Amino acid sequence: MSTAADRRRPSPISPWRLFAHEMRLSWRDFQGMMTAGRRRRFPVAMAILAAVVAVLHLPALAMVGRYAQVGVAPDPSTLFSATLIVALYLSLLLSQAMETVTRTLYSRGDLDLVLSSPVTPTRLFAVRIVTNAVLMALMAVALIAPFVDALIFAGGPRWLAAYAAAGSAGLIAGAVAVAVTVGLFRLLGPRRTRIVAQVAAAVIGAAFAIGLQVSAIMVYGGVSRAVFAASPAMLLHLPGATSLLWLPARALLGDLPSLAVVVGAAIGLLALTAAVFSPRLGEHSLAASAIAPSTGHRRRRAHDFRVASASAALRHKEWLLLRRDPWLVSQTLTQMLYLIPPALLLIRNFGSSSGTFVVVVMVLVSVGGQLAGALAWLAVSGEDAPDLVRAAPVSPGAVTRAKVEAVMGAVALLLAPLMIAVAFLAPLHALAAVIGTGCSAASTILIQLWFRAQAKRSLFRRRHTSSRIATFAEALVSFSWAAAAGLAAAGTWFALASVAVALLILAGVKSLAPRTVDA
Amino acid sequence: MNDPTDFPGDRGGRAPSALEVRGLAKTFERPAVDHLDLTVRSGEFYALLGPNGAGKTTTLRMVAGLTRPDAGTIRVNGVDALADPIAAKRQMAWVSDEPMIYDKLTPLEYLEFVAGLWSVEQALAARTSAELLEWLGLTPHANERCEGFSRGMRQKVALAGALVHDPALIILDEPLTGLDAGAARQVKDVLHARVEAGGTVIMTTHILEVAERMAQRIGVLANGRLIAEGTLAELRLRSGRGGSLEDVFLTLVGESAAA
Repeated sequence: MSTAADRRRPSPISPWRLFAHEMRLSWRDFQGMMTAGRRRRFPVAMAILAAVVAVLHLPALAMVGRYAQVGVAPDPSTLFSATLIVALYLSLLLSQAMETVTRTLYSRGDLDLVLSSPVTPTRLFAVRIVTNAVLMALMAVALIAPFVDALIFAGGPRWLAAYAAAGSAGLIAGAVAVAVTVGLFRLLGPRRTRIVAQVAAAVIGAAFAIGLQVSAIMVYGGVSRAVFAASPAMLLHLPGATSLLWLPARALLGDLPSLAVVVGAAIGLLALTAAVFSPRLGEHSLAASAIAPSTGHRRRRAHDFRVASASAALRHKEWLLLRRDPWLVSQTLTQMLYLIPPALLLIRNFGSSSGTFVVVVMVLVSVGGQLAGALAWLAVSGEDAPDLVRAAPVSPGAVTRAKVEAVMGAVALLLAPLMIAVAFLAPLHALAAVIGTGCSAASTILIQLWFRAQAKRSLFRRRHTSSRIATFAEALVSFSWAAAAGLAAAGTWFALASVAVALLILAGVKSLAPRTVDA
Repeated sequence: MNDPTDFPGDRGGRAPSALEVRGLAKTFERPAVDHLDLTVRSGEFYALLGPNGAGKTTTLRMVAGLTRPDAGTIRVNGVDALADPIAAKRQMAWVSDEPMIYDKLTPLEYLEFVAGLWSVEQALAARTSAELLEWLGLTPHANERCEGFSRGMRQKVALAGALVHDPALIILDEPLTGLDAGAARQVKDVLHARVEAGGTVIMTTHILEVAERMAQRIGVLANGRLIAEGTLAELRLRSGRGGSLEDVFLTLVGESAAA
């Protein structure tokens, strides 16, 4: 029997208010990400973002403008290409969604607060599932915006449907990510799921794109042919234009009945996921937040106590820490997956003209630079005991040198097999690759040193938020050195122009780097 | 509390200074340390107290070479720490309230790493490490990764790292924060033994009973300035009231705020 006090008590927070609360937290998170924690910069950051997005519309128009006139009832070949694009986009979204779900599951955050409140965990986690999916949908729409705008500009408002299709893809990715992660949780338990889910997320993100390149290399012998085009032989085996397989492609191309089915299916899948998994997600979150990393099974064999020099100790420590962290290894080495297509290209074109290897040289140099940048972040900004290292009687220069050596050593070790393979087939190309990779790696390491910002290693995935300039500069300078090495391998003096661009980027970035104000 | 003249470093007469700070200043958005003069004698256990934001941590970080001062001089056992930081750091160890260790290393590997940074001779480092791990009750965990360790165990690993290179001066910033009674006792025992052996310890703490029982001299900081310094008896005299260190501390800080 309810008492008067019970009747006066306000009802627990509604799902809508919970949703608004979650969205507000996400918005603040976005603000923090855009401004590296300095919220006053937000208007400037948004203005820069808007300008960049506006500029991106031009290359987007150049890329997709010619497809704007594709009809809503196209031929199977076009439907096949559109389906591949949808699948590729979905794999990228799924990768991001799995990362988000894993983070939600394992971060203690406000778990104690909300679970000790009168709100039922099922309601709370249902709202969290929906929020994550809505955020994925917003991200899906935002990322595709320049291309869709270009299509609308060139082909008319029919292409607005692409926004709805992208949003649906985001909802589906959000729902599937929850199902996959909870499945892994039940299969592997809380301890293993974290790493497996995050590794799977990283691999899913890269695998589809790489898979397409690998298919193109195996079928056509190179990636110069359009990857998304179906071969005549394949066309014979494709289902008819009315097949349900093409539904997502039709929705993307503006077929309204197809779009309605896709949107409905996405919302339905999300509702089903929230209903089925929200009770379990609460239990799993509690289990995940309760686990402490074990010590028992990580007991190591007693070893001889060996004291090395300060530099050797620093190098050894960096390699040891990296080797022992499977999550970081997976996050760092995802880029290595992009070496699979060039490796296949090498095997497939064994004995053919050396011109084929220019692509390989460029990929090696680009991957080497990006890899060095990521490892340098871990060694420099991701130092877990910065005070210990700074309090040691070792000069800052010696510390930096040891860390750079550790990074360069790791990059050399990882790229060596492919470099050696190239050296056997085309020695001059290998020389260009080695010099280019050295310059590219040195450049990205320098950028990391200029923009160092102390952070926990676990924040590796969010390292880009500390400086957007550094992130863009790393990518640009890697590509510039890759172009320089590729042009040099092709035997053209234009390589020098690309070298000049890389050096100009470095000079520009150095001038923008924050001044070191402390010891 | 011990007699101030009773500390082991004071071998008949005035002890040499382990730390001499003159005119030390650091300003962030406001002055954090305001032209501070501080002397810590060799072989002394010195407690640096003060309310939150008084400048204790900033002072010690400047001494340890982690933050560059805007002005002033720092001498560690006669070595100018600003002119020759490497020589000064060779004699010091720094332990913060947040144990800075590597989750993926074992305590033994951590000590190996620290010994490498301080260039400790191999055999000596191995022997000292084994002794420290035993002393701190970490021997059964010597080959386990630190990632599953409790806060107390992590702090003990950090303390072992600070002692493995046998520093003349140990600087500790709130080392007992969050430790249970057993772990806190072990840390205090180690520090006490260190002073007994002639080492110098400077420690900040909010646990005034610890300062009262362990420190030979106490400095009280407020607004970046040393507002009082001496033995507990001297501080009682200075504050004009008896009682515990807590009473004396609150009186001194209250007077400083009112001034």
